[in-house]
Amino acid sequence: MPLTLILSRAVSAIVTLLGVMVIVFVLVRVVPGDPVAMMIAPGATEADIAALRAHYGLDLPLYRQFGVWFGQVLHGNFGTSISLKQNVLTIILERLPATIELALFALALAVAWGTFIALLSTAWRDTWVERCIDGFNSIMLAVPDFIWGLTFVLVFGVLIPLFPISGRSDPSLNQNLTTQFFIIEGLLRGRLGFIWDVLKHMIMPALTMSLPLAAVIGRVLKNTLMDVMVQDYIVLARIKGLSPSRILLQEALRNAAVPALALTGVQFTFLIGGTVITERIFSYPGIGNLAVDAVINRDLPLIQGLVITFGTLFIAVNMTIDAMTAWLNPRLRHA
Amino acid sequence: MPRDLRIVLGGGFILVLLIAALFSPWLAPFDPLEQDLLIATAPPMQEPGHLLGTDSLGRDVLSRLIYASRIALTVAFAASLIACLIGTLLGLAAGYLGGWCDMIVSRLIDIWMAFPPVLLSILLVAVLGSGLHSVIVAIAVIDWTRFARVVRAETQQQARLEYAEAATALGMGRGAILFREILPNVLPVILVLLSLEMGIAVIVEAILSYVGLSVSTDTPTWGGMIAEGRQIVHQAWWVLVFPLATLFMTVLAFNQLGDGLRQWLDPMLKR
Repeated sequence: MPLTLILSRAVSAIVTLLGVMVIVFVLVRVVPGDPVAMMIAPGATEADIAALRAHYGLDLPLYRQFGVWFGQVLHGNFGTSISLKQNVLTIILERLPATIELALFALALAVAWGTFIALLSTAWRDTWVERCIDGFNSIMLAVPDFIWGLTFVLVFGVLIPLFPISGRSDPSLNQNLTTQFFIIEGLLRGRLGFIWDVLKHMIMPALTMSLPLAAVIGRVLKNTLMDVMVQDYIVLARIKGLSPSRILLQEALRNAAVPALALTGVQFTFLIGGTVITERIFSYPGIGNLAVDAVINRDLPLIQGLVITFGTLFIAVNMTIDAMTAWLNPRLRHA
Repeated sequence: MPRDLRIVLGGGFILVLLIAALFSPWLAPFDPLEQDLLIATAPPMQEPGHLLGTDSLGRDVLSRLIYASRIALTVAFAASLIACLIGTLLGLAAGYLGGWCDMIVSRLIDIWMAFPPVLLSILLVAVLGSGLHSVIVAIAVIDWTRFARVVRAETQQQARLEYAEAATALGMGRGAILFREILPNVLPVILVLLSLEMGIAVIVEAILSYVGLSVSTDTPTWGGMIAEGRQIVHQAWWVLVFPLATLFMTVLAFNQLGDGLRQWLDPMLKR
C-alpha cells in the first residue's frame, strides 16, 4: 500500500475521531438537567453542591471545560464515572475484552456461515438449493438482531435449553484470572473446560449479531462468485480437467473474496454497534451493556468515554480492512 | 389496483394495527393497567376472558398488546414523517439547485453516515432524556439521510428529463417546477422509503422501551412488555412471545409493503 494512501487514511481517521470528540463534548454539555443534582444526597448545602461542581470542573466556561477535558482524554483520563464512582478508563478496560471477544467470535461465525452459503448456492446454482438459500437469506436480512436475540432466548434458552441465556461464564469457573480476555487466557492456561463454558455463553449473542452480516456476506460473495465462474480462466481450469470443487475453492473464491471483504469491514462496524442491544438481551458484561446503563443513569463521563471507545473501535476496524483489501488486491498494492 | 400479495398482506396487517390503535378502549377486553395479583402469570386461555394470559402483575396481555400499538404507530408515523420531511426538502434542494447547496447537503450526509447510528442514538437519548418525544426526535435526526440521499439522486435525474426542460422553457419559476413538476415524480420513491422507515422506527422504539429509555413504564409498549417477558421467560413464556411476534409481524409488514410498493411503482417511474 503506497505511503501517501496510508497517510491520508490515517489523517482522515484522526479528523473523524476529533469530530466525534467535539460532537460528544458539545452534545453532552447541552444536556438539560443538572448531573450534579442527581448525585447530591438529600440535605446537601449550597457549598456542598458548589464543591462537587468544582470537583467535576463544571464551574468553568465551556471552552475551558473542553480544553481541560481534551487534555485529559489525550492522557487516557476520562474522569470518574458518576454512577459507579470509579475511573472511567478502568471500567471500560475491564469490560472491553468481553466485547472484543464476542464481536470477533460473531465475525468469525458470520464469515464462515456467509462463505458456506455462498459456495453452496454457487455450486448448486439454478436449483432448489439456491432458491432455498436466497429465501432464507432474505429472512435473515429482514429480521433485525433485536428480534433474533429474543427468539434465540425463547428457542434455545427455554424451549430446548441448550445454552445459558445470560452472563459470560459460570462464576465458579472464572476464578484466578489476570486478564478479562477469557478465551485467550483460557487457551494460554490450557483450561479447556473454562473455554467451553465461555463459548457456550457466547454462542447465542454471537449468533444473534452474526446472522444479518452472514446474509450480506453470503449474497455479495455469491454474486461475485457467479460473475467469476463465467470468466475465461475458470473455463480454462475446467478444460484442464480440474474438479469443480477445486475450481470453486481455489480459483474462484480467492478472486471473489476482495469485494466481500471490503463490505465485511463496513458491516462489521454495524455488528459492533449491535453489541449494545445484544449484550443487553443476554446480560453480557461488555461495553454495549455498559453503555445502556450509562445512558439510563445519565452518567456523562462514562458516556463520553464509551462513545470515544466505540468511535476508536470503528476507525480501527475500517483501517484494518483497508489494509487487508490493499494487501489482497495486487492492483492497489503496487499502485 | 396493486395485485401484489405483499402490498395486500403488509398493508392489511398495518390497517388492522391502525384500527387496534384507534379503537383500543373498545377492542381491549380489559384495562391494560388493571392489576390482579390473584391471577398473575396465568397462561393463555386459563382465566376467563384472558385470551393471551396475564403478566406478573396479573395484567391482561392482549389488552396491553392492543394499547401498546398506539405508541408503536405514533412513533412510526411521527418519526418517519419528520425524517421524511427534513430529508426530502434537503434532497430536493440539493438535487435541483446544485452548487453550494448540493455541496453543503452532501457533506452533511457524509458526516452523518460516518457516525454509526448506535453511537448517535446513545448520545441523543442521553442528551434528550427518555420519553416519547426524545425517541421521535432521535429517530428523525438519525434517519433523515436515508431520504435525503435517495431524493437528491432522484431529483437530479428528473431535473435532466425533457418535461423539466419544457417547464423551464415555458417560463415556470424554479420553485413551481420543483414542487409541481419534479416532486410528484419523486413521490413514489419517497413512499417506498417511508414504508421501510416506519418498520425501522417501530424496531428502534421497541429497543428503546426495552431498555427503559422510551415512554414511562406505566404506558404499555411492546418493548416494555418484551423486557418484562425476558425477565420471567422461564415462568411465563407468553409474556415474551406475543409482543415479540407482534413486533416481528409489524416490522415484516412495513418491509413487505415497502418492497411491494417499490415493484408496483417502478414501471410507472420508468414510463
